[in-house]
Amino acid sequence: MTAPPTVPREIALAAKPSLGQRLGQLIEPLTLLLPSGVWLVLFLVIPTLLIAEISLVPGLRPGDVPGAYGLGNYLQIFQPVYLRVLFRSLNFALGTTGLCLIVGFPVAYWIALMAPKRWRTLLLVVFILPLWTSSLLRAYAWITILRSSGLLNVVLQAVGIPGQNILNSPAAVYVGMTYSFLPYMVLILYSSLEKLDIRLLEAAADLGANPAQRFWQVTVPQTLPGIAAGGLLVFITSLGDFVVPTLLGGASSMTIARLIYNQFLGPTRNWGFGSSMSMLLILAVSLAIALLIRYGDRNPENYS
Amino acid sequence: MSQTTSTQRSAPPAAATLDVELRQVFKIFGPDTAVKGVDLKIRQGEFFSILGPSGCGKTTTLRLIAGFETPTTGEVLLQGRNVSHMPAYRRPVNTVFQSYALFGHMSVWDNIAFGLRIKRVGKSEVRTQVAEALRLVQMESFARRVPGQLSGGQQQRVALARALVNRPAVMLLDEPLGALDLKLRKEMQVELSNLHRKLGITFIMVTHDQEEALSLSDRIAVMRDGEIEQVGTPSQIYDFPKTPFVADFIGETNLVRGKVDQAARDGLKVTTDTGLQVWVQPPKIEIPLTAGMAAVVSVRPEKIRLSTQASPAQPGQNCFAGRLQHVMYLGTHLQCRVVLNTGEHLTVLQPNRHQRLPELETPVYASWAATDCLALAAKSPASELTDAS
Repeated sequence: MTAPPTVPREIALAAKPSLGQRLGQLIEPLTLLLPSGVWLVLFLVIPTLLIAEISLVPGLRPGDVPGAYGLGNYLQIFQPVYLRVLFRSLNFALGTTGLCLIVGFPVAYWIALMAPKRWRTLLLVVFILPLWTSSLLRAYAWITILRSSGLLNVVLQAVGIPGQNILNSPAAVYVGMTYSFLPYMVLILYSSLEKLDIRLLEAAADLGANPAQRFWQVTVPQTLPGIAAGGLLVFITSLGDFVVPTLLGGASSMTIARLIYNQFLGPTRNWGFGSSMSMLLILAVSLAIALLIRYGDRNPENYS
Repeated sequence: MSQTTSTQRSAPPAAATLDVELRQVFKIFGPDTAVKGVDLKIRQGEFFSILGPSGCGKTTTLRLIAGFETPTTGEVLLQGRNVSHMPAYRRPVNTVFQSYALFGHMSVWDNIAFGLRIKRVGKSEVRTQVAEALRLVQMESFARRVPGQLSGGQQQRVALARALVNRPAVMLLDEPLGALDLKLRKEMQVELSNLHRKLGITFIMVTHDQEEALSLSDRIAVMRDGEIEQVGTPSQIYDFPKTPFVADFIGETNLVRGKVDQAARDGLKVTTDTGLQVWVQPPKIEIPLTAGMAAVVSVRPEKIRLSTQASPAQPGQNCFAGRLQHVMYLGTHLQCRVVLNTGEHLTVLQPNRHQRLPELETPVYASWAATDCLALAAKSPASELTDAS
């Protein structure tokens, strides 16, 4: 009936991006990504590839002429003595994660839901304060507390309990690592608990759930993404931690991080073997992160 | 001092059939007193609404019954038992929340089954009861969805099912339809009413929507500033409000301030602040007003007639001159705004009969029968704040 409305020429022209605009669309993200991209390539991607290459040369030591490629370094990991180290590292990491959860959850819960609102930021800062000092310093502080003439035993003996030799034992590693990584756990759990909908707890109470049932059936499932993220962060950092096991754990607490150190800077000097264990550590951590991305918080709107 | 009508029940229910009772309940939050001495008696099986503007304490009152708050002083009784300090999870009541508060990490089915599983009801029993509740709210085909995938109206139905599957003694509804659009709200009102009739349990609903309260409730309590202004059936509340606030809040009304001139058994004369003399003869109602008291005359817009000629002055009729200022076409009705010569503004609702209205700004006469208006004490005496007895 009527002619279709025609778009005025100048509007039609304006709708088509000019060459300059198209270039701009390309350059903009590049300029934003370039600095970090260069950084990542230079200091992460290339070194990782180098390590991967070295790990494939069995028994490479500094100064050696690289021999033929092979899987010898990786097979060496399966010797019982190294498997025990791996197992111990996993135990330390899992134990630290569990302890951080058990200690951190009540703290985060209290700050997020029960502490007076105007104190919350201050309380969080107080909790993060230890992170402002060097991890080395904190480990030394624990040495003075845990050694046989240290603060702990002074207190224990004062109340009539015999002194304990905790320093240079796995227990000291758990204590030190839990102390080191607790702030991260509290921070992440706090941000998750802060978003917890109190009305859901009321609804559960209304339906007959007692405080324990409310906790396990509403609070925990609702904050599961935070629990997973916090747990993963603590797990990864404690799996690769070198300072605490070295300074507090003594000879009996050999971990994968210390073993790797020994291959590069310690007496054994087996770069090839050190690289293969580094690759294993990278693989384990990547796998954990991939699992979190895949299953951690698939459908965030379901948790609203 | 009380107002009673012979035509409507307003006597308090006998104690044996009471489901919920509040006795002189106060709730103080820091510097604010949210609930100030509320007395309520709610019968078994009743659909009872607590109506009031936002901030009047109606939701706090409901939360006191649910157990989310404990009274600062006073008592809350459920089926004759003092539950003032019983935690919410032990009370035989269930709530439908305004925000629905469905568990996002569970399916619709698990949401509804939550209360039964907490009570350790057997598996097969849970299955039949949840299925029955889903059928009741017509949500059978949504059992496997999670709340995030449902519309507002569907979430509302799930919230209803989750509460009623527990067969509570009392269902509490906190602005249950507040988040729905108008059409859906009308539909859900009908369903709520049907559910109430089918289940026969006590419903207590909090709402700020007076139409919703009037259309659904057996009785209504109107709250203001933490106090109950009036309790009564919808028609008592609408036709015989006890205070100017109730008259104004429920439906629309014209309020004119004045002073009682003469008070007789069959009616009274109020002289307004501007000098008009208004006859008031409320039908079958005792008037707690005596000569000299400050009063507010309330006349509903639909009770006023407009004409171009003055009706002859006669006792029992009020007729005042003014001019027509504004007419609004509402479809079923015409809403007219009239300014009396003495300065009062009146809203007049005329049914749409295709009548010819006087021209704007021309003189008109607004008239109403003395039996069609009410005189209310300007300051409500304290004793009127409690349930009529």
